[in-house]
Amino acid sequence: MLQQAFVETLIMVGASTAVAAVCGLPLGLILACTAPGHILEQRLVNRILGAIINVGRSVPFIILMVAVIPFTRFVVGTSIGTAAAIVPLSIAATPFVARIVESAVFEIDRGVIEAAQSMGSSPWQIIWKVLIPEARPALVLGLTITTVNLIGYSAMAGAIGGGGLGDLAIRYGYQRFRADVMLQTVVLLVILVQALQMLGDWASRKLSKR
Amino acid sequence: MIQLKNVSKTYTGAKAVHALTNVNLHIPAGKIFGIIGPSGAGKSTLLRCINLLEKPDAGEVWVDGQRLDTLTPRELRKARQKMGMIFQHFNLLSSRTVAENVAFPLEIAKVPAAKRRQAVTELLELVGLSDKANVYPAQLSGGQKQRVGIARALANQPRVLLCDEATSALDPETTKSVLQLLKSINEQFNLTIVVITHEMPVIQEICDLVAVLEHGTVQECGPVIDVFTRPQAEATKRMLRGSITANIPPEILSRPSQGNGPRRLLKLSFVGERAHQPIISQMVQNYHVDANILFGRIDQMKDLPFGMLVIELVGEEDSLSQAVDFLKRQQVELEVLA
Repeated sequence: MLQQAFVETLIMVGASTAVAAVCGLPLGLILACTAPGHILEQRLVNRILGAIINVGRSVPFIILMVAVIPFTRFVVGTSIGTAAAIVPLSIAATPFVARIVESAVFEIDRGVIEAAQSMGSSPWQIIWKVLIPEARPALVLGLTITTVNLIGYSAMAGAIGGGGLGDLAIRYGYQRFRADVMLQTVVLLVILVQALQMLGDWASRKLSKR
Repeated sequence: MIQLKNVSKTYTGAKAVHALTNVNLHIPAGKIFGIIGPSGAGKSTLLRCINLLEKPDAGEVWVDGQRLDTLTPRELRKARQKMGMIFQHFNLLSSRTVAENVAFPLEIAKVPAAKRRQAVTELLELVGLSDKANVYPAQLSGGQKQRVGIARALANQPRVLLCDEATSALDPETTKSVLQLLKSINEQFNLTIVVITHEMPVIQEICDLVAVLEHGTVQECGPVIDVFTRPQAEATKRMLRGSITANIPPEILSRPSQGNGPRRLLKLSFVGERAHQPIISQMVQNYHVDANILFGRIDQMKDLPFGMLVIELVGEEDSLSQAVDFLKRQQVELEVLA
Protein backbone atom coordinates (compact mmCIF):
# COMPACT_ATOMS: atom_id res chain seq x y z
CA MET A 1 0.00 0.00 0.00
CA LEU A 2 2.73 2.39 1.09
CA GLN A 3 4.92 1.37 -1.80
CA GLN A 4 2.16 1.90 -4.33
CA ALA A 5 1.39 5.34 -2.91
CA PHE A 6 5.09 6.23 -3.06
CA VAL A 7 5.30 5.26 -6.72
CA GLU A 8 2.14 7.26 -7.47
CA THR A 9 3.64 10.33 -5.83
CA LEU A 10 6.85 9.94 -7.81
CA ILE A 11 4.91 9.61 -11.06
CA MET A 12 2.67 12.61 -10.39
CA VAL A 13 5.45 14.87 -9.18
CA GLY A 14 8.01 13.71 -11.73
CA ALA A 15 5.71 14.05 -14.72
CA SER A 16 4.24 17.40 -13.71
CA THR A 17 7.68 18.84 -12.91
CA ALA A 18 8.87 17.78 -16.35
CA VAL A 19 5.83 19.30 -18.09
CA ALA A 20 6.06 22.51 -16.03
CA ALA A 21 9.77 22.84 -16.79
CA VAL A 22 9.24 22.36 -20.51
CA CYS A 23 6.37 24.88 -20.63
CA GLY A 24 7.65 27.26 -17.97
CA LEU A 25 11.16 27.76 -19.36
CA PRO A 26 10.12 29.40 -22.64
CA LEU A 27 7.38 31.36 -20.89
CA GLY A 28 9.84 32.63 -18.29
CA LEU A 29 12.38 33.53 -20.98
CA ILE A 30 9.74 35.46 -22.93
CA LEU A 31 8.67 37.17 -19.73
CA ALA A 32 12.24 38.20 -18.89
CA CYS A 33 13.38 39.20 -22.38
CA THR A 34 10.32 41.32 -23.15
CA ALA A 35 10.65 43.23 -19.87
CA PRO A 36 11.39 46.97 -20.14
CA GLY A 37 15.03 47.55 -21.01
CA HIS A 38 15.77 43.93 -21.85
CA ILE A 39 16.93 42.44 -25.13
CA LEU A 40 13.51 42.04 -26.75
CA GLU A 41 11.57 44.77 -24.99
CA GLN A 42 7.84 44.36 -25.75
CA ARG A 43 5.90 46.08 -23.00
CA LEU A 44 2.45 44.93 -24.15
CA VAL A 45 3.43 41.26 -24.54
CA ASN A 46 5.18 41.43 -21.20
CA ARG A 47 2.22 42.92 -19.39
CA ILE A 48 -0.34 40.51 -20.86
CA LEU A 49 1.80 37.45 -20.20
CA GLY A 50 2.54 38.66 -16.69
CA ALA A 51 -1.16 39.11 -15.98
CA ILE A 52 -2.03 35.60 -17.24
CA ILE A 53 0.71 34.10 -15.11
CA ASN A 54 -0.50 35.98 -12.06
CA VAL A 55 -4.03 34.68 -12.56
CA GLY A 56 -2.67 31.15 -12.87
CA ARG A 57 -0.75 31.55 -9.64
CA SER A 58 -3.60 33.03 -7.63
CA VAL A 59 -6.22 30.33 -8.25
CA PRO A 60 -6.19 27.91 -5.26
CA PHE A 61 -5.01 24.50 -6.40
CA ILE A 62 -8.06 22.58 -5.21
CA ILE A 63 -10.31 24.90 -7.26
CA LEU A 64 -8.00 24.80 -10.27
CA MET A 65 -8.10 21.01 -10.14
CA VAL A 66 -11.87 20.93 -10.42
CA ALA A 67 -12.03 23.79 -12.91
CA VAL A 68 -9.77 22.10 -15.45
CA ILE A 69 -11.62 18.75 -15.35
CA PRO A 70 -12.95 19.14 -18.92
CA PHE A 71 -9.46 19.88 -20.17
CA THR A 72 -8.06 16.93 -18.20
CA ARG A 73 -10.64 14.63 -19.73
CA PHE A 74 -9.70 15.95 -23.17
CA VAL A 75 -5.98 15.31 -22.62
CA VAL A 76 -5.86 11.98 -20.79
CA GLY A 77 -9.35 10.65 -21.51
CA THR A 78 -10.42 10.52 -17.85
CA SER A 79 -10.67 12.98 -15.02
CA ILE A 80 -9.90 10.47 -12.26
CA GLY A 81 -6.62 8.79 -11.26
CA THR A 82 -2.92 9.38 -11.09
CA ALA A 83 -2.52 10.29 -14.78
CA ALA A 84 -5.43 12.73 -14.54
CA ALA A 85 -3.82 14.44 -11.55
CA ILE A 86 -0.74 15.24 -13.61
CA VAL A 87 -2.69 17.72 -15.74
CA PRO A 88 -3.77 20.18 -13.00
CA LEU A 89 -0.42 19.77 -11.22
CA SER A 90 1.41 20.76 -14.41
CA ILE A 91 -0.93 23.69 -14.98
CA ALA A 92 -0.41 24.92 -11.44
CA ALA A 93 3.38 24.58 -11.59
CA THR A 94 3.97 26.15 -15.02
CA PRO A 95 3.40 29.80 -14.04
CA PHE A 96 5.47 29.21 -10.92
CA VAL A 97 8.36 27.93 -13.04
CA ALA A 98 7.93 30.86 -15.44
CA ARG A 99 8.41 33.33 -12.58
CA ILE A 100 11.42 31.42 -11.30
CA VAL A 101 13.00 31.47 -14.76
CA GLU A 102 12.25 35.18 -15.03
CA SER A 103 13.96 36.01 -11.75
CA ALA A 104 16.92 33.74 -12.58
CA VAL A 105 17.40 35.65 -15.84
CA PHE A 106 17.08 39.02 -14.09
CA GLU A 107 19.85 37.99 -11.74
CA ILE A 108 22.35 37.82 -14.60
CA ASP A 109 24.63 40.85 -14.67
CA ARG A 110 23.43 43.25 -17.36
CA GLY A 111 27.04 43.95 -18.26
CA VAL A 112 27.48 40.38 -19.46
CA ILE A 113 24.49 40.76 -21.78
CA GLU A 114 25.83 44.09 -22.98
CA ALA A 115 29.19 42.47 -23.69
CA ALA A 116 27.46 39.81 -25.81
CA GLN A 117 25.59 42.54 -27.68
CA SER A 118 28.81 44.46 -28.29
CA MET A 119 30.19 41.38 -30.04
CA GLY A 120 27.25 41.31 -32.41
CA SER A 121 25.20 38.51 -30.82
CA SER A 122 21.61 38.13 -31.98
CA PRO A 123 18.88 37.96 -29.32
CA TRP A 124 18.57 34.25 -30.02
CA GLN A 125 22.31 33.72 -29.47
CA ILE A 126 22.12 35.69 -26.24
CA ILE A 127 19.30 33.48 -24.97
CA TRP A 128 21.08 30.22 -25.84
CA LYS A 129 24.66 31.14 -25.13
CA VAL A 130 24.34 33.65 -22.30
CA LEU A 131 21.01 33.64 -20.48
CA ILE A 132 20.38 29.90 -20.15
CA PRO A 133 23.97 28.86 -19.29
CA GLU A 134 24.47 31.74 -16.86
CA ALA A 135 21.11 31.12 -15.17
CA ARG A 136 21.60 27.36 -14.88
CA PRO A 137 22.51 27.16 -11.17
CA ALA A 138 19.53 29.36 -10.24
CA LEU A 139 17.28 27.37 -12.56
CA VAL A 140 18.23 24.09 -10.89
CA LEU A 141 17.50 25.54 -7.45
CA GLY A 142 14.19 26.91 -8.71
CA LEU A 143 13.23 23.57 -10.17
CA THR A 144 13.99 21.95 -6.82
CA ILE A 145 11.61 24.36 -5.10
CA THR A 146 8.99 23.58 -7.74
CA THR A 147 9.34 19.83 -7.16
CA VAL A 148 9.03 20.17 -3.40
CA ASN A 149 5.96 22.37 -3.84
CA LEU A 150 4.44 19.80 -6.15
CA ILE A 151 4.86 17.09 -3.52
CA GLY A 152 2.70 19.24 -1.25
CA TYR A 153 0.14 19.91 -4.00
CA SER A 154 0.02 16.23 -4.91
CA ALA A 155 -1.50 15.48 -1.48
CA MET A 156 -4.62 17.26 -2.70
CA ALA A 157 -4.72 15.07 -5.78
CA GLY A 158 -6.56 12.55 -3.61
CA ALA A 159 -9.63 14.69 -4.21
CA ILE A 160 -9.73 13.40 -7.78
CA GLY A 161 -8.46 9.90 -6.99
CA GLY A 162 -4.87 10.65 -7.83
CA GLY A 163 -3.50 8.53 -5.01
CA GLY A 164 -0.03 9.11 -3.65
CA LEU A 165 1.46 9.48 -0.19
CA GLY A 166 -0.49 12.55 0.87
CA ASP A 167 -3.78 10.94 -0.08
CA LEU A 168 -2.81 7.81 1.85
CA ALA A 169 -2.03 9.89 4.93
CA ILE A 170 -5.39 11.62 4.76
CA ARG A 171 -7.58 8.61 4.04
CA TYR A 172 -5.90 5.98 6.24
CA GLY A 173 -3.91 7.99 8.73
CA TYR A 174 -6.42 10.76 9.42
CA GLN A 175 -9.88 9.54 8.54
CA ARG A 176 -9.35 5.95 9.81
CA PHE A 177 -7.19 6.92 12.80
CA ARG A 178 -4.25 4.78 11.64
CA ALA A 179 -1.45 6.61 13.44
CA ASP A 180 1.13 4.13 12.14
CA VAL A 181 0.22 4.80 8.48
CA MET A 182 0.23 8.52 9.14
CA LEU A 183 3.67 8.34 10.71
CA GLN A 184 5.10 6.17 7.95
CA THR A 185 3.85 8.38 5.13
CA VAL A 186 5.00 11.55 6.83
CA VAL A 187 8.47 10.10 7.48
CA LEU A 188 8.66 8.97 3.88
CA LEU A 189 7.63 12.43 2.65
CA VAL A 190 10.21 14.10 4.88
CA ILE A 191 12.93 11.82 3.55
CA LEU A 192 11.79 12.45 -0.04
CA VAL A 193 11.85 16.22 0.35
CA GLN A 194 15.21 16.18 2.13
CA ALA A 195 16.73 13.98 -0.54
CA LEU A 196 15.40 16.16 -3.34
CA GLN A 197 16.64 19.35 -1.74
CA MET A 198 20.08 17.90 -1.18
CA LEU A 199 20.22 16.70 -4.77
CA GLY A 200 19.14 20.12 -6.03
CA ASP A 201 21.67 21.97 -3.88
CA TRP A 202 24.44 19.65 -4.97
CA ALA A 203 23.58 19.98 -8.68
CA SER A 204 23.35 23.77 -8.44
CA ARG A 205 26.71 23.99 -6.68
CA LYS A 206 28.22 21.72 -9.29
CA LEU A 207 26.96 23.98 -12.08
CA SER A 208 27.94 27.24 -10.45
CA LYS A 209 31.43 28.39 -11.39
CA ARG A 210 31.28 31.66 -9.51
CA MET B 1 38.50 55.73 -38.69
CA ILE B 2 35.71 56.82 -36.39
CA GLN B 3 33.68 59.92 -36.96
CA LEU B 4 30.82 61.30 -34.91
CA LYS B 5 28.87 64.11 -36.50
CA ASN B 6 26.56 66.25 -34.38
CA VAL B 7 25.68 63.33 -32.14
CA SER B 8 23.08 64.06 -29.47
CA LYS B 9 21.47 61.79 -26.94
CA THR B 10 18.82 62.61 -24.36
CA TYR B 11 17.48 60.19 -21.80
CA THR B 12 13.82 60.74 -21.30
CA GLY B 13 12.29 59.94 -17.99
CA ALA B 14 10.92 61.76 -14.99
CA LYS B 15 13.60 64.34 -15.74
CA ALA B 16 15.19 64.54 -19.18
CA VAL B 17 18.97 64.19 -19.13
CA HIS B 18 20.97 65.62 -22.01
CA ALA B 19 23.76 63.06 -22.01
CA LEU B 20 25.34 64.31 -25.23
CA THR B 21 24.80 67.55 -27.11
CA ASN B 22 26.11 68.03 -30.64
CA VAL B 23 29.26 65.99 -30.25
CA ASN B 24 31.69 66.05 -33.15
CA LEU B 25 34.71 63.80 -32.97
CA HIS B 26 37.19 62.47 -35.44
CA ILE B 27 39.29 59.56 -34.29
CA PRO B 28 42.12 58.78 -36.72
CA ALA B 29 43.11 55.21 -37.55
CA GLY B 30 45.87 53.56 -35.54
CA LYS B 31 45.78 56.09 -32.71
CA ILE B 32 44.94 55.69 -29.06
CA PHE B 33 42.24 58.23 -28.41
CA GLY B 34 41.30 59.17 -24.86
CA ILE B 35 38.04 60.65 -23.68
CA ILE B 36 38.28 62.09 -20.21
CA GLY B 37 35.76 63.81 -18.02
CA PRO B 38 34.16 63.72 -14.59
CA SER B 39 31.53 61.12 -13.87
CA GLY B 40 28.21 62.02 -15.42
CA ALA B 41 29.91 63.88 -18.27
CA GLY B 42 28.52 61.46 -20.85
CA LYS B 43 31.67 59.42 -21.48
CA SER B 44 29.99 56.02 -21.34
CA THR B 45 27.14 57.19 -23.54
CA LEU B 46 29.60 58.60 -26.05
CA LEU B 47 31.56 55.33 -26.19
CA ARG B 48 28.35 53.32 -26.57
CA CYS B 49 27.23 55.54 -29.43
CA ILE B 50 30.24 54.34 -31.41
CA ASN B 51 29.01 50.73 -31.48
CA LEU B 52 25.37 51.74 -31.20
CA LEU B 53 24.76 50.08 -27.83
CA GLU B 54 23.20 53.49 -27.31
CA LYS B 55 21.32 54.83 -30.27
CA PRO B 56 21.89 58.57 -30.73
CA ASP B 57 18.75 60.72 -31.08
CA ALA B 58 20.44 62.78 -33.76
CA GLY B 59 23.68 62.83 -35.71
CA GLU B 60 25.75 60.35 -37.64
CA VAL B 61 28.14 57.62 -36.56
CA TRP B 62 30.76 56.51 -39.06
CA VAL B 63 33.26 53.73 -38.49
CA ASP B 64 35.74 52.74 -41.18
CA GLY B 65 33.74 54.43 -43.90
CA GLN B 66 30.48 52.78 -42.92
CA ARG B 67 27.57 54.69 -41.46
CA LEU B 68 26.33 52.65 -38.49
CA ASP B 69 23.31 54.50 -37.16
CA THR B 70 21.17 53.70 -40.19
CA LEU B 71 21.99 49.98 -40.43
CA THR B 72 19.39 47.26 -39.93
CA PRO B 73 19.80 45.18 -36.75
CA ARG B 74 21.34 42.34 -38.74
CA GLU B 75 23.86 44.61 -40.52
CA LEU B 76 24.68 46.29 -37.23
CA ARG B 77 25.47 42.94 -35.60
CA LYS B 78 27.81 42.17 -38.49
CA ALA B 79 29.54 45.54 -38.04
CA ARG B 80 29.85 45.04 -34.28
CA GLN B 81 31.76 41.81 -34.85
CA LYS B 82 34.54 44.00 -36.18
CA MET B 83 34.60 46.20 -33.06
CA GLY B 84 35.94 44.90 -29.77
CA MET B 85 34.91 46.27 -26.41
CA ILE B 86 36.28 45.83 -22.90
CA PHE B 87 34.59 46.85 -19.68
CA GLN B 88 35.32 48.16 -16.21
CA HIS B 89 33.83 45.05 -14.62
CA PHE B 90 35.18 42.70 -17.32
CA ASN B 91 31.75 41.15 -18.01
CA LEU B 92 33.04 37.64 -18.58
CA LEU B 93 30.66 34.69 -18.69
CA SER B 94 30.99 32.96 -15.33
CA SER B 95 29.77 29.64 -16.72
CA ARG B 96 32.54 29.46 -19.30
CA THR B 97 36.26 28.79 -18.89
CA VAL B 98 38.82 31.35 -19.99
CA ALA B 99 39.28 29.59 -23.34
CA GLU B 100 35.52 29.31 -23.84
CA ASN B 101 35.09 33.00 -23.05
CA VAL B 102 37.65 33.94 -25.67
CA ALA B 103 35.95 31.57 -28.13
CA PHE B 104 32.56 33.20 -27.51
CA PRO B 105 32.76 36.00 -30.12
CA LEU B 106 34.11 33.45 -32.62
CA GLU B 107 31.05 31.28 -32.03
CA ILE B 108 28.86 34.33 -32.50
CA ALA B 109 30.60 35.00 -35.82
CA LYS B 110 30.15 31.30 -36.73
CA VAL B 111 33.85 30.54 -37.07
CA PRO B 112 34.44 26.77 -37.48
CA ALA B 113 35.56 24.91 -34.34
CA ALA B 114 39.06 24.01 -35.54
CA LYS B 115 39.86 27.60 -36.47
CA ARG B 116 38.37 28.73 -33.19
CA ARG B 117 40.69 26.54 -31.16
CA GLN B 118 43.73 27.81 -32.97
CA ALA B 119 42.71 31.43 -32.60
CA VAL B 120 42.03 31.00 -28.88
CA THR B 121 45.49 29.50 -28.34
CA GLU B 122 47.13 32.44 -30.09
CA LEU B 123 45.04 35.03 -28.27
CA LEU B 124 45.76 33.56 -24.85
CA GLU B 125 49.43 33.59 -25.70
CA LEU B 126 49.19 37.24 -26.72
CA VAL B 127 47.74 38.27 -23.35
CA GLY B 128 49.98 35.89 -21.40
CA LEU B 129 47.31 33.56 -20.04
CA SER B 130 48.04 30.30 -21.87
CA ASP B 131 48.27 28.44 -18.56
CA LYS B 132 44.81 29.60 -17.48
CA ALA B 133 42.88 28.30 -20.51
CA ASN B 134 40.74 25.85 -18.55
CA VAL B 135 40.20 27.95 -15.44
CA TYR B 136 36.91 29.72 -14.68
CA PRO B 137 36.91 33.54 -14.40
CA ALA B 138 36.02 33.37 -10.69
CA GLN B 139 39.50 31.98 -10.03
CA LEU B 140 41.31 34.87 -11.73
CA SER B 141 42.57 38.19 -10.39
CA GLY B 142 41.17 41.47 -11.74
CA GLY B 143 44.12 42.03 -14.04
CA GLN B 144 43.87 38.51 -15.41
CA LYS B 145 40.14 38.94 -16.01
CA GLN B 146 40.78 42.11 -17.98
CA ARG B 147 43.38 40.26 -20.04
CA VAL B 148 40.74 37.65 -20.86
CA GLY B 149 38.44 40.55 -21.75
CA ILE B 150 41.10 41.95 -24.10
CA ALA B 151 41.72 38.56 -25.72
CA ARG B 152 37.97 38.16 -26.20
CA ALA B 153 37.64 41.63 -27.69
CA LEU B 154 40.44 40.93 -30.17
CA ALA B 155 39.12 37.51 -31.25
CA ASN B 156 37.42 38.66 -34.44
CA GLN B 157 40.36 40.85 -35.44
CA PRO B 158 38.51 44.11 -34.94
CA ARG B 159 39.38 47.44 -36.51
CA VAL B 160 38.51 49.29 -33.35
CA LEU B 161 38.82 48.55 -29.63
CA LEU B 162 36.54 50.43 -27.25
CA CYS B 163 37.66 50.56 -23.62
CA ASP B 164 35.05 51.50 -21.03
CA GLU B 165 36.95 52.52 -17.86
CA ALA B 166 38.99 49.37 -18.46
CA THR B 167 41.43 49.99 -15.62
CA SER B 168 39.22 51.76 -13.09
CA ALA B 169 38.62 48.59 -11.07
CA LEU B 170 42.30 47.66 -10.98
CA ASP B 171 45.12 48.56 -8.61
CA PRO B 172 47.87 50.91 -9.91
CA GLU B 173 50.35 48.12 -10.56
CA THR B 174 47.87 46.05 -12.58
CA THR B 175 46.61 49.17 -14.33
CA LYS B 176 50.12 49.79 -15.62
CA SER B 177 50.51 46.31 -17.04
CA VAL B 178 47.08 46.36 -18.69
CA LEU B 179 47.86 49.77 -20.23
CA GLN B 180 51.17 48.45 -21.51
CA LEU B 181 49.32 45.54 -23.10
CA LEU B 182 46.89 47.94 -24.82
CA LYS B 183 49.79 50.04 -26.04
CA SER B 184 51.62 47.05 -27.49
CA ILE B 185 48.44 45.81 -29.19
CA ASN B 186 47.98 49.26 -30.70
CA GLU B 187 51.51 49.15 -32.10
CA GLN B 188 51.46 45.49 -33.13
CA PHE B 189 48.13 45.49 -35.00
CA ASN B 190 47.84 49.20 -35.77
CA LEU B 191 44.51 48.95 -33.97
CA THR B 192 42.52 52.10 -33.27
CA ILE B 193 41.77 52.25 -29.55
CA VAL B 194 39.24 54.51 -27.85
CA VAL B 195 39.67 54.82 -24.09
CA ILE B 196 37.26 56.50 -21.73
CA THR B 197 38.45 57.19 -18.22
CA HIS B 198 38.29 59.67 -15.39
CA GLU B 199 41.94 59.03 -14.57
CA MET B 200 44.49 61.48 -15.98
CA PRO B 201 47.43 59.05 -15.70
CA VAL B 202 45.69 56.63 -18.09
CA ILE B 203 45.50 59.34 -20.75
CA GLN B 204 49.03 60.46 -20.01
CA GLU B 205 50.42 56.96 -20.24
CA ILE B 206 49.00 55.65 -23.50
CA CYS B 207 46.94 58.21 -25.42
CA ASP B 208 48.02 60.11 -28.51
CA LEU B 209 44.95 62.32 -28.60
CA VAL B 210 42.47 63.36 -25.98
CA ALA B 211 39.02 64.89 -25.85
CA VAL B 212 37.78 66.53 -22.69
CA LEU B 213 34.11 65.95 -22.12
CA GLU B 214 31.90 67.82 -19.70
CA HIS B 215 28.14 68.26 -19.51
CA GLY B 216 27.76 66.18 -22.66
CA THR B 217 29.86 68.42 -24.87
CA VAL B 218 33.45 68.24 -26.07
CA GLN B 219 35.28 71.08 -24.33
CA GLU B 220 38.62 70.57 -25.93
CA CYS B 221 40.28 68.09 -28.23
CA GLY B 222 43.80 67.56 -29.53
CA PRO B 223 47.17 65.91 -28.96
CA VAL B 224 47.59 64.97 -25.30
CA ILE B 225 50.75 67.01 -24.90
CA ASP B 226 49.05 70.17 -26.15
CA VAL B 227 45.87 69.77 -24.18
CA PHE B 228 47.66 68.93 -20.97
CA THR B 229 50.39 71.53 -21.17
CA ARG B 230 48.40 74.36 -22.72
CA PRO B 231 44.83 73.77 -21.62
CA GLN B 232 42.36 76.19 -23.17
CA ALA B 233 39.00 75.11 -21.80
CA GLU B 234 37.98 75.87 -18.24
CA ALA B 235 37.01 72.22 -17.76
CA THR B 236 40.50 71.05 -18.69
CA LYS B 237 42.16 73.54 -16.38
CA ARG B 238 39.92 72.51 -13.54
CA MET B 239 40.71 68.89 -14.18
CA LEU B 240 44.46 69.51 -14.42
CA ARG B 241 44.43 71.41 -11.17
CA GLY B 242 45.36 68.92 -8.52
CA SER B 243 47.05 66.74 -11.07
CA ILE B 244 50.77 66.15 -11.26
CA THR B 245 51.56 68.19 -14.36
CA ALA B 246 50.15 71.53 -13.30
CA ASN B 247 50.31 71.58 -9.59
CA ILE B 248 52.79 73.73 -7.73
CA PRO B 249 52.66 73.30 -3.98
CA PRO B 250 51.12 76.55 -2.65
CA GLU B 251 53.73 76.97 0.09
CA ILE B 252 56.37 77.55 -2.62
CA LEU B 253 54.47 80.49 -4.05
CA SER B 254 53.62 81.99 -0.69
CA ARG B 255 57.07 81.66 0.85
CA PRO B 256 58.44 85.12 1.62
CA SER B 257 61.49 85.76 -0.51
CA GLN B 258 64.71 86.31 1.34
CA GLY B 259 66.33 89.65 0.97
CA ASN B 260 64.89 92.34 -1.26
CA GLY B 261 65.78 93.76 -4.59
CA PRO B 262 64.37 92.97 -8.01
CA ARG B 263 63.24 89.41 -8.60
CA ARG B 264 60.98 87.40 -10.85
CA LEU B 265 59.09 84.22 -10.12
CA LEU B 266 58.79 82.17 -13.31
CA LYS B 267 57.17 78.92 -14.30
CA LEU B 268 58.79 77.16 -17.24
CA SER B 269 57.38 74.18 -19.11
CA PHE B 270 59.47 72.13 -21.49
CA VAL B 271 58.19 69.62 -23.97
CA GLY B 272 60.06 66.89 -25.81
CA GLU B 273 63.61 67.66 -26.96
CA ARG B 274 63.74 70.98 -25.17
CA ALA B 275 63.46 69.20 -21.85
CA HIS B 276 67.04 68.12 -22.40
CA GLN B 277 68.63 71.49 -23.28
CA PRO B 278 70.62 73.43 -20.69
CA ILE B 279 68.85 76.77 -21.17
CA ILE B 280 68.83 77.72 -17.50
CA SER B 281 72.56 77.49 -17.24
CA GLN B 282 72.99 79.47 -20.49
CA MET B 283 70.77 82.18 -19.10
CA VAL B 284 72.66 82.41 -15.83
CA GLN B 285 75.99 82.68 -17.64
CA ASN B 286 74.88 85.25 -20.20
CA TYR B 287 72.71 87.63 -18.20
CA HIS B 288 74.29 87.73 -14.73
CA VAL B 289 71.24 86.72 -12.78
CA ASP B 290 70.95 84.16 -10.05
CA ALA B 291 68.47 81.39 -10.57
CA ASN B 292 66.97 79.72 -7.58
CA ILE B 293 65.10 76.55 -8.43
CA LEU B 294 62.07 76.31 -6.17
CA PHE B 295 60.23 73.42 -7.68
CA GLY B 296 60.58 71.11 -10.61
CA ARG B 297 59.56 67.82 -12.10
CA ILE B 298 59.84 65.83 -15.27
CA ASP B 299 57.01 63.63 -16.46
CA GLN B 300 56.50 61.38 -19.37
CA MET B 301 53.48 61.72 -21.64
CA LYS B 302 53.31 58.52 -23.62
CA ASP B 303 56.76 58.80 -25.28
CA LEU B 304 57.39 62.52 -24.79
CA PRO B 305 59.26 63.93 -21.80
CA PHE B 306 57.57 66.90 -20.25
CA GLY B 307 59.28 69.10 -17.68
CA MET B 308 58.19 71.91 -15.41
CA LEU B 309 60.32 74.26 -13.32
CA VAL B 310 59.52 77.06 -10.95
CA ILE B 311 62.50 79.39 -10.60
CA GLU B 312 63.17 82.63 -8.89
CA LEU B 313 65.53 85.04 -10.67
CA VAL B 314 67.45 87.59 -8.64
CA GLY B 315 69.55 90.37 -10.16
CA GLU B 316 69.50 93.88 -11.62
CA GLU B 317 66.21 95.00 -13.16
CA ASP B 318 67.77 95.24 -16.66
CA SER B 319 69.36 91.81 -16.46
CA LEU B 320 66.10 90.33 -15.31
CA SER B 321 64.17 91.69 -18.30
CA GLN B 322 66.87 90.47 -20.68
CA ALA B 323 66.87 87.05 -19.07
CA VAL B 324 63.12 86.79 -19.39
CA ASP B 325 63.31 87.86 -23.04
CA PHE B 326 65.96 85.21 -23.59
CA LEU B 327 63.71 82.55 -22.13
CA LYS B 328 60.84 83.70 -24.30
CA ARG B 329 63.03 83.27 -27.37
CA GLN B 330 63.67 79.66 -26.37
CA GLN B 331 60.03 78.80 -27.08
CA VAL B 332 59.59 77.27 -23.70
CA GLU B 333 56.20 77.80 -22.10
CA LEU B 334 56.84 80.75 -19.81
CA GLU B 335 54.57 82.11 -17.18
CA VAL B 336 55.60 85.00 -14.93
CA LEU B 337 54.07 84.21 -11.58
CA ALA B 338 55.34 87.25 -9.62
